[in-house]
Amino acid sequence: MTTNAVPMSQWPSEHRYTIPVAPGPETVTVTIDGRAAQIPRGELLIKAAQDHGTYIPRFCWHERLKPVGMCRMCLVEIEGMRGLQISCATPVADGMVVHTTSDAVTTAQDGILEFLLINHPLDCPVCDRGGECPLQDQTLAFGPGESRFVEEKRHFEKPVPISDLVMLDRERCIQCGRCTRFADEVAGDPLIDFGGRGGSTEVITYLDEPFHSSFSGNTVQICPVGALTARPYRFRARPWDLASTETSCGACAVACRGSLESTSNRLVRLLGVDSEPVNQGWLCDKGRYGLDWVHSDARLRQPMVRRAGELVESSWPDALDAAAAAIRNTLDTHGPNGIAVLGGSRGVNEDAYLWARLAKGVLGTDHVDAQLGDGLPADVVLGMPRATIPDLDRAKAIVLLAPDLKEELPVLYLRVRRAAHDLGVPLVDVAVRDHGLTPYATAVLRHAPGDPGAAAGVVADALVGRPGRTKVGKAIVDATDGRDGPVVVILGRTSVAEHPDAIVHAASRLTGLPQVRFLSALANPNVHGALDLGLTPGFLPGRVSLDAGRDHFTKAWGAVPDAVGRDAAGILRAAATGEIAALVLVGCDPLAECPDRNLARAALEQADTVIAVSAFMDTAAFGATVVLPPTVWGEQSATTTNLEGRVVRLGRRVTPDGSTLESWRIPAELAARLGSDFDLETVDEVQDEIARVAPAFAGVDASLLRRARDGVVLPLADHADEVTFGRAGAGPGPSWEPILPVPEVVGDDDRSPSTSASDSPSAAVPAPTPPVPLHRWDAPPDAPSVPPLDAYALRLVAGHALYGADAIVAATPALASLTHEPTLGLNARDRDRLGVHDGDRVRITTARGSVDLAVRTDAQTPPGTAWIVANAAGPGAPDLIDLTSPVTELRVETIS
Amino acid sequence: MTDASGKGGPTETLMVTKFLRARPQDSWTIDAARRHNNAYQTLDKAFAMEPDAVVQAVSDSVLRGKGGAGFGTGQKWSFLPKDVFPRYLCVNADEGEPCTFKDHMLLERDPHQLIEGIVVAAFAIRTDLAFVYVRGEFALAADRLGQAIRDAYDAGFLGKNILGSGFDLDLVLHRGAGCYIAGDETGLLSSLEGERAMPRIKPPFPAAQGVYAAPTIVNNVETISTVPHIIRRGAKWYNAMGENRSTGTRIFSVSGHVERPGNYEVELAKTSFRDLIEGLAGGVRDGHTLKFFIPGGASSPWLMPQHLDAPLDMDYVQGELKSMLGSGAVMVFDDTTDPLQVAWRLGKFFEHESCGKCTPCREGSGWIAKVLYRMANGQGRSDDLDLLLSFGNNIVPGLNAPFAQTTICALGPSTMSPVVSLNRWFRDEIIERMRADETRRAGLAVTPA
Ligand SMILES: Cc1cc2nc3c(=O)[nH]c(=O)nc-3n(C[C@H](O)[C@H](O)[C@H](O)COP(=O)(O)O)c2cc1C
Ligand code: SF4
Ligand code: SF4
Ligand code: FES
Repeated sequence: MTTNAVPMSQWPSEHRYTIPVAPGPETVTVTIDGRAAQIPRGELLIKAAQDHGTYIPRFCWHERLKPVGMCRMCLVEIEGMRGLQISCATPVADGMVVHTTSDAVTTAQDGILEFLLINHPLDCPVCDRGGECPLQDQTLAFGPGESRFVEEKRHFEKPVPISDLVMLDRERCIQCGRCTRFADEVAGDPLIDFGGRGGSTEVITYLDEPFHSSFSGNTVQICPVGALTARPYRFRARPWDLASTETSCGACAVACRGSLESTSNRLVRLLGVDSEPVNQGWLCDKGRYGLDWVHSDARLRQPMVRRAGELVESSWPDALDAAAAAIRNTLDTHGPNGIAVLGGSRGVNEDAYLWARLAKGVLGTDHVDAQLGDGLPADVVLGMPRATIPDLDRAKAIVLLAPDLKEELPVLYLRVRRAAHDLGVPLVDVAVRDHGLTPYATAVLRHAPGDPGAAAGVVADALVGRPGRTKVGKAIVDATDGRDGPVVVILGRTSVAEHPDAIVHAASRLTGLPQVRFLSALANPNVHGALDLGLTPGFLPGRVSLDAGRDHFTKAWGAVPDAVGRDAAGILRAAATGEIAALVLVGCDPLAECPDRNLARAALEQADTVIAVSAFMDTAAFGATVVLPPTVWGEQSATTTNLEGRVVRLGRRVTPDGSTLESWRIPAELAARLGSDFDLETVDEVQDEIARVAPAFAGVDASLLRRARDGVVLPLADHADEVTFGRAGAGPGPSWEPILPVPEVVGDDDRSPSTSASDSPSAAVPAPTPPVPLHRWDAPPDAPSVPPLDAYALRLVAGHALYGADAIVAATPALASLTHEPTLGLNARDRDRLGVHDGDRVRITTARGSVDLAVRTDAQTPPGTAWIVANAAGPGAPDLIDLTSPVTELRVETIS
Repeated sequence: MTDASGKGGPTETLMVTKFLRARPQDSWTIDAARRHNNAYQTLDKAFAMEPDAVVQAVSDSVLRGKGGAGFGTGQKWSFLPKDVFPRYLCVNADEGEPCTFKDHMLLERDPHQLIEGIVVAAFAIRTDLAFVYVRGEFALAADRLGQAIRDAYDAGFLGKNILGSGFDLDLVLHRGAGCYIAGDETGLLSSLEGERAMPRIKPPFPAAQGVYAAPTIVNNVETISTVPHIIRRGAKWYNAMGENRSTGTRIFSVSGHVERPGNYEVELAKTSFRDLIEGLAGGVRDGHTLKFFIPGGASSPWLMPQHLDAPLDMDYVQGELKSMLGSGAVMVFDDTTDPLQVAWRLGKFFEHESCGKCTPCREGSGWIAKVLYRMANGQGRSDDLDLLLSFGNNIVPGLNAPFAQTTICALGPSTMSPVVSLNRWFRDEIIERMRADETRRAGLAVTPA
């Protein structure tokens, strides 16, 4: 950092204050405890000291928050300055001579700790933090041995719930403001603040407004005492009994890095790991607290086979035999085109690859789709020029053509918010309705559902300096004029109630921009891995089309399908008409996930054979011929691919109960029973085969994945210089400080502990050129025709809520309580026009179906549109949507 | 100093209080102020000068802040970064320092003098927006100042193009919600932004990033009320009063066990505490003798009868007496006073007013008050004073005036003023009393907690 000012938190102000930095050379020389160090100008002293091996104690300062200088624990002596200075708000200056262990400093540290302890309840034996508590640790290291305080301590009722997930113990709080600053500065949910004054200062929530934030768990992680505790974790473990494994979160496609912790073979905690390019230490609450489902009693732990109409438990050999027999039977009666494989977007790379190999190389069917009509065409996702998450930080502009990221990809929301709010990157919000990022947008463009094309056109023009006649056009030109960097378009399915052609067309209008890159906003945890590895019609593993990869894969696998197969909508339609007789469902439940539930129902009812690979007895498994329960997240080592195309490791922390099979072994075992032995014994061998066979994965083998600290972005040839090995810089490590990522295997280049050495990318990453050219999306579709607006109907917008009806939420009690009944969200104008009130139940009818829901006034939804959450349990949006129609028009009638 | 009339005894030097004394019946009205006090007549003179020349005149006068810290006013103004706009002027009318009641009087009785000063100061620092942050409890002051601002707008002394000079100024009256820490300049700025009044880390100093992160000058009511006099009569005239770096006059609010408590405006350095307490305030009430006095508000270390002849010179009091003239509130305590009760009451005040932002003050102020309470009420221990000094040293390292601090703002060290004073002047007496209390308690069958 070589600016002339360091952002600081002049809490409680919201305005942008900075600490001035004296001008001077880019690198300054600072002497800390007698050792001279070269430090970038403007670096905070506390950080500079830490990077050079001197730990200055602190409570309020956190590397990812702005300095506020409240706790006074970080006082140091700086020669030439009167008194002691706080090192957390002092930028280094050339020639600074600093003492961190002088008598004056140690006296002050001792004193601060004594002050912090006088009113602290010292109930460590019953405190979750006990054993990993900075207050304990720093008292031991820097504090007094005994208290001289003999009066009554401060008392508060304890603990009080401040949200459904977080409890607050005000007696333990040391008023460091980490939680309040996180909520305000990082999450943008300033729902906790300080109340009271002096010794009675306490963290408070506002009246009738609990700390409802999807990021509340981060405050628990960074609280330096046990004042904030997570209700799902409270009293479940003692820190010294925890075993940890580094992993990636499995709740969405950001794949935040985390440290997964267990005790007695139960997952109890996931802490955010500070991976700079991915999550910078943060997690959303769904990912953080979505653990209990792994141990849920509802988990299937034994395969099942339908015998005489009933599903009965079976052994693995029998169940696999039964599945293989059913498949062979279908092949005999219907040929390869009678079989389809749906799903795989919630699995791991290894199973995705092997399902693709089984379907395309062994069974010969291309009717394969990981998305269920809820995603984007693979042609686009695999072929568009891709952005990485760090590209957001330095973009010329960020364009949102995406659903509400705060709900669907929460930690990506944090990064975009930071880019727009803190780093000054212009944010262009193209959407039907307002969402979590709208407050941070430079320009807001609203369009009718199904018709984003014109708005995208305005943006495309403005980004090349043509403002047109609109205000937003001018705002975009003003904000981006003179800015360098890529234009990052975040592209996702804005609404599952409209045909994806519309958003694809809008995106195509931006492809001509200089330096444009796309960041996919598809949300399912491994949807990108599944698409990359061929679980989509017309493609083979490694981002190559069926035609381009035909020769290569025929050599590798022996055979590939002749022609491009059907996508999910086509598969379900063909199944409904009996053309497709066998459906293999890989960890997916079309009745819950497909936006067109009527179609999914018809398909499942008609199919002769349904083989469900499922961890739960969901509606699809309920009607299946064979049910095969795989191991899940936390139970197996594997890799996943996030929305950037970054391949990261998933760690195994617990041993599964019962009899489940590692998910990648299921397709391999079926293949063996169908006459093709893949000859793969370990997950490493699968990874090595992927690296060998799948062009986009060239060079990304098991050994590289174990050594790469923040994973590897595909294709390696374009991102080799971003791969980092070795331990991240010298950090204190405990959970309340940024937890730095550590690769599974620390390479040979790790002998030097200094950050600079280990941060430097290894020039030695071999990045082979893919054997087959990767697919490119270069055929912008014609503008789809959008039906004119119907003044008597409302147009539906349907998107996903964070706490939806998926297995993670449903089988995790702490999260299940956070779900909401679906409602019909209406603008107040439409509500009044229809003469209905909040809570009234109305009948909603579309060409596809009809459901009854309660009305809720929703200011985010503009007039003429209606909003329904797509992934709530029970009747709702999926009963209204037709996958083939461009938009969903609905009519509302009151029911008595 | 002696009375010019030859009657002997000390007299006041009336400058900012001259008019309000002369017309107690209507000094706050614009009519009286214009007709009888030439209010707003310095504006033309100021507007004819370059703004920098006004700053220079104030610097030359050696005017120092009268809010507490005594910082050079012209110097502060010159710290504004060049060419950074918008910038603001903010008048500190929070007057929360216990027993300080001079600004209160200036606001209620001569608001036009203040507004005139604001216009001159705003012109000098080139801002077109000024605020007056008035303490919440000052109802009458806020009413009169509000009326005065409206009248000044009507008469063209505020608003656009004042007196045809091309200079614009809007003036906003902001009423606080009543807390001491809103008087600290950065606490005031937080409060002005609509947030909790909590002081801020410095740097950045307000002159660089004040309210709304824009450059801001904060000055006390009395400081700004003095500015028109300097412009009207010249820096030389002003700094001819007083001596050294204590020039001009200051208003002292004398309270406590004196015959005539009240505000007295006197020439600095040439007047002594004795002139003030024994002369102007009529001395300690009949039949009693002076035990100690607090020279500059609750935050300042106490002084003793032997200091009465010291001059009211800011640097002398700080350098030689290890105290300060602070806000100019002189509290006088006679021989009936228990210093421990005074210390406890002041400690209680600071505990109550600590904002809670930083650890040493948030926790230390409460601890001090609790120990002093014990000591003042028969439950003390003979090592309590040393305990206070020992942990107090972690708020004020060194315990020596001018106070160093481990805290964000100066309220932290102020909490130790009473303790340091007890130790300086009453140590043996207190330890003896604590011992006696210990002995007495030991003799009881049941020892209270
Ligand atoms: C705790 C605290 C309370 C203060 N209260 C006041 C006050 O009530 N009025 C005031 O003018 N200055 C007060 N000050 C001093 C201000 O911070 C500031 O120095 C002053 O307003 C500057 O104006 P001046 O330079 O004209 O004196 C206080 C300072 C502290 C630390
Ligand atoms: S609850 Fe924890 S993080 Fe929040 S202010 Fe208190 S100690 Fe700090
Ligand atoms: S010293 Fe006291 S009043 Fe000043 S900032 Fe710290 S806690 Fe607040
Ligand atoms: S870490 Fe510097 S004041 Fe808290």
